[in-house]
Amino acid sequence: MSTVVNQGGPAGVPGHPGASITARNRRPGERAIRLGLFLAAAVSMATTIGIVVALLVPALEFFAEVSVIDFLTGTRWAPQFSPATFGVVPLITATLWTTAIALLVAVPLGLGAAIYLSEYAHRRVRKVLKPILEVLAGIPTVVFGFFALTFVQATILRDLFSFQTGAFSVLAAGLVMGIMIIPTIASLSEDAMSAVPMSMRQGSAALGANRMQTSLRVVFPAALSGIIAAIVLGISRAIGETMIVAIAAGNQARIVEGPLEAGQTMTGFIANAALGDARVGSLEYNTLFAVGLLLFALTLVINFISIRLVRRFREAY
Amino acid sequence: MATTADAARAAITGRARGGERSTRSLVFLLLLWLSLLIAFGVLVTLIVTIAQDGAGRLDSGLLTGYSASVPEEAGARAAILGSAWVIGTTAVLTIPLGVAAAIHLEEFADKKHWFNRLLELNIQNLAAVPAIIYGMLALGFLALLGVQNKNVVIGGALALSLLILPVVIIATREALRAVPDEIRQGSLALGATKWQTVWRQTLPSAVPGIATGTILALSRALGEAAPLLLLGGLVYVTFDPNGLLSGFTTLPIQIFNWTGRPQAGFHELAAAASVVLLVLLLAMNALAIFIRNRYQHRW
Repeated sequence: MSTVVNQGGPAGVPGHPGASITARNRRPGERAIRLGLFLAAAVSMATTIGIVVALLVPALEFFAEVSVIDFLTGTRWAPQFSPATFGVVPLITATLWTTAIALLVAVPLGLGAAIYLSEYAHRRVRKVLKPILEVLAGIPTVVFGFFALTFVQATILRDLFSFQTGAFSVLAAGLVMGIMIIPTIASLSEDAMSAVPMSMRQGSAALGANRMQTSLRVVFPAALSGIIAAIVLGISRAIGETMIVAIAAGNQARIVEGPLEAGQTMTGFIANAALGDARVGSLEYNTLFAVGLLLFALTLVINFISIRLVRRFREAY
Repeated sequence: MATTADAARAAITGRARGGERSTRSLVFLLLLWLSLLIAFGVLVTLIVTIAQDGAGRLDSGLLTGYSASVPEEAGARAAILGSAWVIGTTAVLTIPLGVAAAIHLEEFADKKHWFNRLLELNIQNLAAVPAIIYGMLALGFLALLGVQNKNVVIGGALALSLLILPVVIIATREALRAVPDEIRQGSLALGATKWQTVWRQTLPSAVPGIATGTILALSRALGEAAPLLLLGGLVYVTFDPNGLLSGFTTLPIQIFNWTGRPQAGFHELAAAASVVLLVLLLAMNALAIFIRNRYQHRW
């Protein structure tokens, strides 16, 4: 906004035909509106600050009673027992298992779908396939959880394959979570691959490469930072996913040693503890926020890695 | 001349075609197809199994009954009305806020200023923060205010609004960005102020894009359960929610609750309620796609 010299007169009248050009800088209503817009944008900043404060205050009360080292390295999670122990390692092992299984499903399938959509599919085919992927992305996680528990775990893993497993397993939760993440990885990777200039594909074809060679050796490496960003965002979603693991992974916090075991993830613990009626300010209540803070910190680091990688590929082409 | 060119072309296409049809490329293409096929196969399986599981309970009792201790008498009436209240409130809170924030960032803000760059980074990060964290924010916020009863419609709507706000902002910015600069310049040249240009030209042109993005964001909020769990959304609701301070449960929470019960009858109910939820979501998605195809300007 340029500075305005006060000229007096009816210049401030809106829509007045003779209004001077500088009049637009003078309308007080306009300033108020712009302030309002700015404040709306600032709400997002307040949200982040709010999250940090809301998590940090109870978490600090928690760490006044439990040492950070015991929390991060302890291998027994039993906040309800007396004496209570607060080793978060069991929750982390369950989170690692479900996340790893989900990635084993989502990375190959998501990238396969992305390569097909970006390099092989005709425009019309793509116009049909992409909305179907969007539908998959739109299935509520609680419905995915129901599916994991009643179909994948009970019908497929137990009845069909006769695996030795109980009512819950990190495998069933992880597999379904992987399917849930496919659209995230596929659509972001496809964006990255579509951003690779056509001239690179033409150059590759001119040298005699076929589509597979072009896709794998030219387009894929050129889009790599975007693809890694997509995978990293997938990891973040897998770590933070709550309903599928709360329903299908189990509620016992123990160190998970195999995919057919049940286990409680960090998010699973938060969801379950939230169901109990913990009094505000009690250690039980604060425990919730200590785990929440750990979860937030983990996803924050991962998100920033992803955002930086996306920026890099945006700059490249 | 012509013959050599033809021969050369034949040689090139021949080689290229041979390359496309080598065993390795065919296997590769097959794997690509397979990855899409698995994704879509699971989607179809999910819909079919849930429809089958819930078919027995897709009756009027599902829509009119309240929660009950016997599955035969239970229904999702309170949950459906609760979802309507929470999502309606979420829409009222989110749409003006999200659109205003997007207008600031896209039309007014100096994009090189450090604060605006920080805002942008912050919104990108917020879009990827786990949903359950927003529930903890709402819980902490209500505790800070000293609210004793955390299970209120406005609390749930607050958590869901903050959850989808980044999505609405990002979608609105994209819609605003798609409006060509000539429209703005034309308006400014006719003497309109910057705000008049935004309000009378840019924003109306972007409405279809904003509507599509907002409906998709609200459908995400409709399916979300995790943040509401923290607000004690599992209470046994046997009344119609009737205001912002009313107790509530929502459809996803009700499904979660029924899934956790041991009796098979409740699993059937959970599946039937899932069908209702999926139908609602598909309707919202279809509306969004309809608006996108019907009203979106092609400049």
